[in-house]
Amino acid sequence: MSKVEEIARGVLAGDKRSIARAITIVENSPQEAQKLIALIYSYTGKAHVIGLTGPGGAGKSTLIEKMVREYRRRDKTVGVIAVDPTSPFSGGAFLGDRIRMQDLSIDEGVFIRSMATRNNPGGIAKATKDAVKILDAAGKDVIIVETVGAGQSEVEIIKVAQTIVVIHAPGLGDEIQAIKAGLMEIADIFVVNKADRENADKTVMDIQAMLQLDDRKKVWNPPIVKTIAITGEGVQQLLDKIEEHRQFLQKELGHERSWEKAQAELIEAIRDKVTSSIIEKLKREKLFEKILQQIVNREIDPATAAEKLLNQEQLE
Amino acid sequence: MQNESKSGRKIRVLIAKPGLDSHDRGAKVVARALRDAGMEVIYTGLRQTPEQIVEAALQEDVDVIGLSILSGAHMTLFPRIMELLKEKGLTDVLVFAGGIIPEEDVSELKKIGIKEVFGPGTPTEKIIKYVLKNAPKR
Repeated sequence: MSKVEEIARGVLAGDKRSIARAITIVENSPQEAQKLIALIYSYTGKAHVIGLTGPGGAGKSTLIEKMVREYRRRDKTVGVIAVDPTSPFSGGAFLGDRIRMQDLSIDEGVFIRSMATRNNPGGIAKATKDAVKILDAAGKDVIIVETVGAGQSEVEIIKVAQTIVVIHAPGLGDEIQAIKAGLMEIADIFVVNKADRENADKTVMDIQAMLQLDDRKKVWNPPIVKTIAITGEGVQQLLDKIEEHRQFLQKELGHERSWEKAQAELIEAIRDKVTSSIIEKLKREKLFEKILQQIVNREIDPATAAEKLLNQEQLE
Repeated sequence: MQNESKSGRKIRVLIAKPGLDSHDRGAKVVARALRDAGMEVIYTGLRQTPEQIVEAALQEDVDVIGLSILSGAHMTLFPRIMELLKEKGLTDVLVFAGGIIPEEDVSELKKIGIKEVFGPGTPTEKIIKYVLKNAPKR
């Protein structure tokens, strides 16, 4: 048995060491990753994947800790992937989300993995999607993905999660700024955390006002849940809403969403494969540099060059 | 590249504080230095049990563990951590320690598999160099 086969087998058996090593593989070695995912893919698609996003300081990690506890109380096994940013200068990362999840480490039904973005845009890492598949194949009932906490355009999560929870808290600055544009539109559920603060109701009203302005036709109206993550208040209601959304997806949109997700993944995979195979071929035939030179000399524009290459025309 | 291990992947380090002391400035300084040297550093916070530390190391699939301790309980906590690491099959992880550890304990700790002990005032460059040189090739 090859190393990858052995790890895949371990993942399917729910072995923690194998899960951990599998995630390392999808982070580091694309070729091995492809083999690994191929071996486990037919066992995926069972978990409910929740994306949690929102500005830094809103309380994402603390809320996740309480959500996991509540899921455990409801007899669900849980995987958590906590994404933090990679420094664009050093390439290093400080991954501190476990600080708020310490006691969960030793629960057999919980697996937590910290992940650096490695400069992937959009709030998650390139490997996050595959890491979700690994936890799914390992039998986790619920998988929570925590995105980096920046704010307005971290919408990649929609390709990974079925239910998107957007969290906000009063007193983080301009209430509307942080959740406008992208985040507003991807939310299935809003959480206003730190609900014991005096401006909490104002934050709720701001979100309501924005939702009313949104005149897209909707089949699901995103509820707003107030929580106090530090005490766990509101977490039960949040999980109930997530469960409602899960059932709604199954009944109303399940097929459509999985179709969309499959389509996005296929397109991305084709783009990766086709691009790299064409570029490799060009480099082998020493054409790449030649075309670059022509573009630099303004003899041909990049789009026309690419089209000619695809049509196998000679570039002279 | 300077920030990658010999096999070309990013070095992942767990910085952990076992036991009951509540001063983590040293741990944070080291965590930050290793991050700035291009490593992915997982920091787990204060007051960790050996079980929590080893489980975090396993789930995070780290190459290196740095243990920081000031309380004086290293001769009880460190052997337990090394024992659990062995039990879980994490024998290829490089373990180093830092904090207040008397000279006479160092050789004992090295015997149980703690590869290096850094005392107070160690320049962070020294720790970075040590980790880059000794992180296991996997």
